Amino acid sequence: MKEQSLVHLSGIYKSFSDVHVLKNVNFDVKAGEVHALMGENGAGKSTLMKIMAGIYERDKGTITVKGKDVHFSNPKEAEEMGIGVVHQELNIIPYLTMTENLFLGKELAYGKTGILRTNEMRKRTKNALQQLGVELHPDAVAGELSVGQQQMIEIAKVLETNSDCIIMDEPTAALTDREIEALFTVIEKLKQQGVGIVYISHRMEEIFQICDRISVLRDGDFIGTKIVKETNFDEIVSMMVGRQLGERFPERQAKIGPERLRVEGLSRKELFEDIHFDVKQGEILGIAGLMGAGRTEIMEAIFGYKKKDGGTIYLDGKPLNITKPSDAIAAGLAFVTEDRKDKGLVAGMTVRENLTLTNLKAVSNGGVISASEEQKETERLIKKLHVKTSGGEQIVKSLSGGNQQKIVIGKWVNNQPKVLILDEPTRGVDVGAKKEIYQIMNELTEQGVSIIMVSSELPEILGMSDRILVIHEGKISRILDRKEADQEKIMHAATGGM
Amino acid sequence: MSASTRKISIFQKLGPLIGLVIILIVLSILSPEFFTLTNILNVLRQVSINALIAFGLTFVILTGGIDLSVGSMLALSGAITAGLMAGGTDPVIAMLAGLAAGTVMGAINGIIISKGKVAPFIATLATMTIFRGLTLVYTEGKPITGLSDDMSFVWMGRGYFLGIPFPVIWMLLAFAVLWFILKKTTFGRRTYAIGGNEEASLLSGIKVGRIKVMIYSLTGLLSAFAGIILTSRLNSAQPTAGTAYELDAIAAVVLGGTSLSGGKGWIFGTLVGALIIGVLNNGLNLLNVSSFYQQVVKGGVILLAVLIDRKKAA
Repeated sequence: MKEQSLVHLSGIYKSFSDVHVLKNVNFDVKAGEVHALMGENGAGKSTLMKIMAGIYERDKGTITVKGKDVHFSNPKEAEEMGIGVVHQELNIIPYLTMTENLFLGKELAYGKTGILRTNEMRKRTKNALQQLGVELHPDAVAGELSVGQQQMIEIAKVLETNSDCIIMDEPTAALTDREIEALFTVIEKLKQQGVGIVYISHRMEEIFQICDRISVLRDGDFIGTKIVKETNFDEIVSMMVGRQLGERFPERQAKIGPERLRVEGLSRKELFEDIHFDVKQGEILGIAGLMGAGRTEIMEAIFGYKKKDGGTIYLDGKPLNITKPSDAIAAGLAFVTEDRKDKGLVAGMTVRENLTLTNLKAVSNGGVISASEEQKETERLIKKLHVKTSGGEQIVKSLSGGNQQKIVIGKWVNNQPKVLILDEPTRGVDVGAKKEIYQIMNELTEQGVSIIMVSSELPEILGMSDRILVIHEGKISRILDRKEADQEKIMHAATGGM
Repeated sequence: MSASTRKISIFQKLGPLIGLVIILIVLSILSPEFFTLTNILNVLRQVSINALIAFGLTFVILTGGIDLSVGSMLALSGAITAGLMAGGTDPVIAMLAGLAAGTVMGAINGIIISKGKVAPFIATLATMTIFRGLTLVYTEGKPITGLSDDMSFVWMGRGYFLGIPFPVIWMLLAFAVLWFILKKTTFGRRTYAIGGNEEASLLSGIKVGRIKVMIYSLTGLLSAFAGIILTSRLNSAQPTAGTAYELDAIAAVVLGGTSLSGGKGWIFGTLVGALIIGVLNNGLNLLNVSSFYQQVVKGGVILLAVLIDRKKAA
């Protein structure tokens, strides 16, 4: 351990009101290494990262950057010391171009005139994007790009600042496989340049592919640091959850019954065409495909959230007339959206208010909500879904990602749907919560619920689905049975092969 | 974390009330006439019209919308009631027609906003002008007088019950009913949800469009109600009645702590906000402050209140 740490945190404590979020945490990043920070949702990773980046102030402990004691009171100070952050949440202004977003707040100008050096900025944007392997015009408007491409702007933004230490919070969550490969190449390059990287991710495969060391937090406690070459998947998982997790995908005893939902000839101009499939009672149908293949749009059209040009949806053999989400819900459909912040939750409302929102009728009489019944229902769901919360009155915004996801699923379970559509149900969710979500899926199918699961994680698709539908550029490319499916076949179909 | 959020919200809730109490104490010290029963009842009566409008606006603003047409709806509904009455229609029927007119105007706002997908500010800016124009057309620009002296109409604005002016009773009744709706019913919950996250609400099966139409209709109804009370009090309908009333109503909602971006707020705050504005108007009159300065003070208080609120939120 001769090399000097770029950033060294020791004995860090932090609490919000009475909740201790970090207790005596030690963490350091060396030049030229990728150091993974792992832990379940709510373990304190984000808080630790925000303390490093100057967004929060620590309660106790010391931070040194290149040997100097520092005390950041805002992100700007951290940035000046060479610490850059790629945030999980996108900070993109949709109406501005790539270039304008990249140089936002640090525009290049001729001296102090305020006149912009547009061409210079455009050139540097182009370089940064090229480095990331993204073939996009620097004048492309950010709002018209895919989430993955927008994420690339965020990464390019930090590269542009020439930081010595870069914190990446779930940088690959919205990226396609090709974009991930490009990002890893860049990370490799940065390592050689002596940049230290803090890498936060829930994807184990990635961590073991690119990281040098792994530190694990659990419930705010520092559990330990391991060198990647000397550890393995199971050891890290048990450090994270504090117990043996067992099988990643729990066993399922669902009996698959007759056809429940059938979709025929579903089309929407320029998005998808002639989509046809069926789901049986108690079955899980996995929907695989690349980002942007049209999977989410198909689900939104089935649910009546977005228009369709043509096609019919049958439930138990009878055609449905769905023009808006409330029609779909009335018919027995439920939809856990991909984007829980914008479409899944009312973030400023409480856990209770969110859980009962889809089915207020069940806890009300003639339009008047029964406080006691609502309370009972809330407690039942919190318990059933193992939501980690101080209670029904907690504001949803302050929950961790995994627990927020459980609330989104919970509000639909409460509705006792016949068909549950899940769009990326475990994105940004830690292993423990993931398994709990799988268990909930299994329970539901045992009760005869049909599940349609859109997912970009192939292990999840393979581990959970009875059948797999692969979408390529808005069309069905292949339908695979669980027994015959493997990663190669799915990827082949998803990229356009047969 | 939740503990702190709740503490802030209680403090934020009490803020407007503390402000009101301070203004009451200061005015009581400065003017001996202020804290008398007659004057307090007088203030309450003055407040009632703004409060009724502001109650409706609270729902609108909770969904993240705005309604600038409240003053025009008030004027047209009052004029229709007065016009029918002057033409010999039974006063009860005339008043019901006025209320119906207000509700329809509100519904039109709601339909333009939810079905036409027009921003509430623009939609109601347009209808504000249209409804005002229609009022001028209907009244030919002249006040409508010679109204019924039937008690049912006279009571609306001029009557007393146990010494309390009827408008005050209407205000308190409306408050009680609307408080219940907002706090205890599915309709109220959905109002908050739409303001908190419209997309998530839609995807949760809430008929967002229908609820918005209902909310704007409710605001129309309450504006019409205020218009009828005003017509009764003045014993005439003025074509320019209610001009710029939307500003006092919006100020009352905001003073009460309801967020203009929607999702957060409560109707009790609006009542307190309307009282603050009413008490200020009255107190400054009693202190013989020139009406020009009154505007400066009123604007200053609103600004101060919002600044304090921002500070707490930060």
